[in-house]
Amino acid sequence: MGRIVLEQITKSFGSTQVIPPLDLTIEDGEFTVFVGPSGCGKSTLLRLIAGLEDVSSGRITIDGQDATELAPAKRGLAMVFQSYALYPHMTVRKNIAFPLRMAKMGPAEIEKRVNNAASVLNLTDYLDRRPGQLSGGQRQRVAIGRAIVREPSAFLFDEPLSNLDAALRVGMRLEISELHKRLTTTMIYVTHDQVEAMTMADKIVVLRAGHIEQVGSPLELYKNPRNKFVAGFIGSPKMNFLEGDEAKRHNAHSIGVRPEHIEVSDSKGDWTGVVGVSEHLGSDTFFHIHDTGLAETITVRAGGEVGFRHGDRVHLTPRSDVIHKFDAQGLRI
Amino acid sequence: MATQQSRTLARYMMAPAVILLLGWMLVPLTMTLFFSFKKYLPLRGDSLENGLEWVGFQNFVRFISSSAFWPSVSTTMIMVGGVLIITVVLGVFLAILLDQPLWGQGPLRILVIAPFFVMPTVTALVWKNMFLDPVNGLFAHLWKFFGLSPVEWLVDYSLGSIIMIVSWQWLPFATLILITAIQSLDSEQLEAAEMDGASAFHRFIHIVLPHLSRAITIVILIQTIFLLSIFAEIFVTTGGAFGTKTLTYLIFQRVIDSQNIGLGSAGGVYAIILANIVAIFLMRIVGKNLDR
Repeated sequence: MGRIVLEQITKSFGSTQVIPPLDLTIEDGEFTVFVGPSGCGKSTLLRLIAGLEDVSSGRITIDGQDATELAPAKRGLAMVFQSYALYPHMTVRKNIAFPLRMAKMGPAEIEKRVNNAASVLNLTDYLDRRPGQLSGGQRQRVAIGRAIVREPSAFLFDEPLSNLDAALRVGMRLEISELHKRLTTTMIYVTHDQVEAMTMADKIVVLRAGHIEQVGSPLELYKNPRNKFVAGFIGSPKMNFLEGDEAKRHNAHSIGVRPEHIEVSDSKGDWTGVVGVSEHLGSDTFFHIHDTGLAETITVRAGGEVGFRHGDRVHLTPRSDVIHKFDAQGLRI
Repeated sequence: MATQQSRTLARYMMAPAVILLLGWMLVPLTMTLFFSFKKYLPLRGDSLENGLEWVGFQNFVRFISSSAFWPSVSTTMIMVGGVLIITVVLGVFLAILLDQPLWGQGPLRILVIAPFFVMPTVTALVWKNMFLDPVNGLFAHLWKFFGLSPVEWLVDYSLGSIIMIVSWQWLPFATLILITAIQSLDSEQLEAAEMDGASAFHRFIHIVLPHLSRAITIVILIQTIFLLSIFAEIFVTTGGAFGTKTLTYLIFQRVIDSQNIGLGSAGGVYAIILANIVAIFLMRIVGKNLDR
């Protein structure tokens, strides 16, 4: 239904190549997240799949059919935009019905599908309002509604939650995940937020400067990052990287230890340092440790009850089984 | 304007402008009303010093029963309507074209706006002598090139010619307003519509045109105000002959050619009434676009 295959895709704007040759397969029913820092080409890649940009070379296949030259509407994909891109002069009902009207569907069928989508997305009470009278989260739902009535073979999301406030974002994240579980349609989701990627994805595609750095399930990327970039990008707080003697001891150019894999104690440990800032989240506490002689700061995650203060001297012990080793090129050993 | 003090100050600061504008409007309006009820023929020796004879509604009756009145009203409406249709349709078209990325966009936009800076009298003279003249005009040469006999534009198609001249003059204004409106259209909306399967035509009808509705309303309202009082273009080209006599021009003829100030003032009052009727209709039709 929604298997998307990219073969040797490239995209250049003028003389600058934004996407170097790239291969990627998105399986039917998969929730794939493109994640990477801003300007890494993830949105461009999505727009290439959508057909809003033409590929410079390469082939896009959707459900076994060559879609490289196909117009966006003919690809059977639906897209949710960052700005929602609702039509401001139309009511919610008309917004959702627009793609069906363009497909010359009968009014009875349109009515049925719109009502169906509205009940799925809790929009029934707002059908006769205009987008301007809705809140951010409701607008987001209308945009999703407009996408699902078409029953596309795949959904494309372009940073859909970045305009929402933090609390709403968590809620919408769940709703989209639930929607995916219910529809089991292929979804491609672009974000720069690794938390969204980790929580929602079946498969994460980490991009940097148009290159695919690694493809895998969230836990795969967390446990076995292929290089330093992926290791640093996935996981929050960020992984600690150490170079020099400590790395040599592990026969590596540099080593990485996640904050949650370091024990902190006041009596004994491998490393010593002084507590700088400590961030109390209630369930957890993040300590930023200075003067370890290993790196400028080392971030450590401890339980919420651990109560070191600014200036306390503490001892750190990394869990030896989860130390990541990297060579001089930053690749995992 | 938060405090009592700043509100009072604001009133004092605005007072000169308000007083000036009110005076500017009220004095001529009162004088027009005053003259419209008087017999005032300067060449027959009537003057303000000698006192003017009160004639009641005689001027009004005479103005409206003249055979030139109703044709002048319909000419006015045709002229205003014609110019509005041409400028809005072509203006939308030009605005879309000029919004495309193209080479030399900056200079091109200035060139498009240029006709608006030419004075109406000059515009009319340029068109009359350079384009429409049946002997030396550009169109005459064009017609002769194809072996056709030149058209006497200002005689045979007088009203159409004037509509064309005035449209040429006002098209830049419409384009200018509409191009700024079109630039504020969110490109993601167009992309969303494209993904939704809307053709270029449907995108124009369902997305671009509704987005422009407010700007189009403003163009129509502002242009109507100015178009109701077109004068120079008619004066310079046909002098009101060949069915180009608008209400404004008729009033001019009554006052200047016939030297009948009372009659002309009555016509002026009719012109005010006509303008208000047009305004009411326009606000009914397009005014709701401004509320959104």
